[in-house]
Amino acid sequence: MENEKNHIIPYRTFLFVLAGLITLTLTSAVVTQISLGTFTVAIALIIATIKSSLVLRVFMHLKFESRMFSLAVIAVVLLIATVIIITLLDYLYR
Amino acid sequence: MTGETHRDDLTSKTGMWLFLFTEMLLFGGLFVVYSVYRFRNPVAFHLAAQELSVTIGTINTIILLTSSTMIAMSITALQTKNKKLTLFLLGITILLGLAFLVNKYFEWGGHIKEHIYPGSSILALRGQGDVLFFGLYFFMTGLHALHIIIGLIFIAIITAKIFRNKITFNNYVLLENSGLYWHLVDLIWIFLYPLFYLIT
Repeated sequence: MENEKNHIIPYRTFLFVLAGLITLTLTSAVVTQISLGTFTVAIALIIATIKSSLVLRVFMHLKFESRMFSLAVIAVVLLIATVIIITLLDYLYR
Repeated sequence: MTGETHRDDLTSKTGMWLFLFTEMLLFGGLFVVYSVYRFRNPVAFHLAAQELSVTIGTINTIILLTSSTMIAMSITALQTKNKKLTLFLLGITILLGLAFLVNKYFEWGGHIKEHIYPGSSILALRGQGDVLFFGLYFFMTGLHALHIIIGLIFIAIITAKIFRNKITFNNYVLLENSGLYWHLVDLIWIFLYPLFYLIT
């Protein structure tokens, strides 16, 4: 029994991703210091989502694994998002 | 496969991912609680969040992101049969994890000195919103720090196994799984950071 050939990711890919992650972190820190009202929340969460997809796809190898893993992660994220939205709708309209 | 032991790396990784899903749901539940309490106490959460240091939060975020990068690179090092570099990168991963905890220690210490901690009677005088904010802050960052400690122990065991050649370039799924765990801890922090430090 032989497992699928494992994908070797070059070091530079990781360093590029790290540079991107740090840039995004600093951007979100700076942007949220400027008061933009409700946009602040949206921007901070959008940046966090971009950062986490980088971590998931490159660091956690989802980009190179079978599609099954990505679909399962998406399902879990959608489940959590749905629960949060439904709960907030409940509080908003009760 | 030479036939000594049966091994199925894909299943091993699938099992790890299933465990990570339960972790996501655990923190997901806490994010639901956070959203509701924030929605019901917007002013208190706004003011309380300003008391957290954006600088410490940002430094800790960068420490954790770098640590994650190091363990990811250690897999490449092991795949290319560079054991020395693998051990070096794992050592850096552990040191950065410890640095994160040291920062957390001073950060929490600062709050506790100001009588901000769950159950503090001085904090209770400030009202329910503050109690909820700091309760969630200590519980969620505390649970996250517990995951950091577990991750560090996990990585230390893996490092020792690589040192003793129990994990090698053709049998490294355990290193991958410890990496996945470490990245998940990183992933959770990526959301804790804006929710507590940035959104005021």
